[in-house]
Amino acid sequence: MLNKTAAELSAALAAGTVSSEELTSEYLKRISTLNTDLNAFITVTEDRALEQARVADRRRAAGEATPLTGIPLAHKDIFCTRDVLTTCGSKMLGNFTSPYDATVVERFSRAGAVMLGKTNMDEFAMGSSNETSHFGPVRNPWDTARVPGGSSGGSAAAVAADLCAMATGTDTGGSIRQPAAFCGVTGFKPGYGRVSRWGMIAFASSLDQAGPICKSAEDAALMMNVMAGGDPKDSTCLALPEEDFTRPLDESLDGLRIGVPRQHFTEGLTAGVEKNLQDALKVFESLGATLVDIDLPHNHLSVPAYYVVAPAEASANLSRYDGVRYGYRCQDPVDLEDMYKRSRSEGFGEEVKRRIMVGTYALSAGFYDAYYKKAQKIRRLIKQDFDNALQTVDVIIGPTSPHTAFGIGEKNDDPVTMYLEDIYTIAVNLAGLPGISIPAGFSDGLPTGLQIVGGDLAEGRILNVAHQFQRNTDWHTQRPGGLS
Amino acid sequence: MALDNEEVSNIAHLARLRLSEDDNRDVTRRISDILALIDQMQDIDTDQVEPLAHPFDAIQPLRPDQVTETDQRDRLQTLAPAVQDGLFLVPRVIE
Repeated sequence: MLNKTAAELSAALAAGTVSSEELTSEYLKRISTLNTDLNAFITVTEDRALEQARVADRRRAAGEATPLTGIPLAHKDIFCTRDVLTTCGSKMLGNFTSPYDATVVERFSRAGAVMLGKTNMDEFAMGSSNETSHFGPVRNPWDTARVPGGSSGGSAAAVAADLCAMATGTDTGGSIRQPAAFCGVTGFKPGYGRVSRWGMIAFASSLDQAGPICKSAEDAALMMNVMAGGDPKDSTCLALPEEDFTRPLDESLDGLRIGVPRQHFTEGLTAGVEKNLQDALKVFESLGATLVDIDLPHNHLSVPAYYVVAPAEASANLSRYDGVRYGYRCQDPVDLEDMYKRSRSEGFGEEVKRRIMVGTYALSAGFYDAYYKKAQKIRRLIKQDFDNALQTVDVIIGPTSPHTAFGIGEKNDDPVTMYLEDIYTIAVNLAGLPGISIPAGFSDGLPTGLQIVGGDLAEGRILNVAHQFQRNTDWHTQRPGGLS
Repeated sequence: MALDNEEVSNIAHLARLRLSEDDNRDVTRRISDILALIDQMQDIDTDQVEPLAHPFDAIQPLRPDQVTETDQRDRLQTLAPAVQDGLFLVPRVIE
């Protein structure tokens, strides 16, 4: 039962073959068995989950259920949850109990979904392996010696190991899509502005976007129906008419034009990932799609530009952690400056401090034009690349990551190598576009992913393309063995 | 562009971070590596390109100036490391 998609569980709840309380108990039991090893959850909210489940069951009995009423989910620990520990993977917020719910959390509560707990993540979402978490690395359910990817590694591992039916994640440079690829699950980054960022702890505000991590594109559509929509508390959140993201799922792919970027097949792409991608492209062709070679000539500049824009915005966003109003404060400060400096140095991990310093440097007097302004210009070139390509194709498909999940400890010695992890995903954030990673097969027993990117507001189209692939393949239904 | 230890100390001060001498050496090397990656941007001429600050080139919308939040001072201050009489306590600033 626990390996079912949210859509399947929703049907079972509606048919009365299982109650939300039973489902929730089963997931909690599985978490208590497996989380010690996987470390996917930082906090498990058992009592609250069972209470929410009972409320969901009563709501369903009263005929007032939504599709996700009673479905157990996990929230990435970057989303503020009222009266529940919200750490963002950091010692800085190690004792922070949020006074309010993030809009995303509130929307899932209103829909009647059941929160099982908060998932582990790279500290302040800065990382591609989950190894920067103050609470220790998450282990990949397919091979516990390997990373789950990051930063939403806890959410991806929890979904892959059936510790929850679905989870939330956030994606600033690939943090939903890359862990989804490494863990063999579906991860969707909506376009910028689709989902409210209110109550989602800020990393890089012009790039951050929340989205679903789940077991199918259909589930991602159901989650988007809850998550997406305008919010007066986030002025960058688009106030668009309500959209049913499940509506286009069943549309035919006949005549679909798929752009395949030449730049995504350059050195670095491993043979196993490439083969699975080529096989997947044949599946799309068999469904009536045509493949078109496209160019994204500035893609190689996306990682350099990102590592100016994201740290610059992070250095400003993280200046709020000063040890005064909330969060960590050092012992016995001698004066105000000592308090700021020691609280921040002791409260932040190494990677977070590095990025704050890179961002501070890029924004400092005399360097603004050479770094920040230059990066913003390249950001426009990258967006224009996508705009040009999307004039002739409907979606763009390529690999999510150049390789499968790597070993814990293998890459955390060299930040630059880790940054290049996101070579296929980062440009999508810089352009603000929607993109999904779905399972595309296995290489040496580890899942590989493919990424589907679309134009502005093409979320429905992307989910449709992903869903049609999943109706004709069964990669997304595979689960890691040897866990229980 | 490679940085030296003194520049890194200055950046750390601007960011209100404290670095030990050992940390400084390590951070200097790693940040120099990161800047070498970033410097690939300089390979391309962008003189005629307008910067893009935000995916939609958006301008901040304005809302009516109305009171929407209630006073939650006591509740919010339970999160603070040190408070007294409704004020946040910090080390003495004025002698």
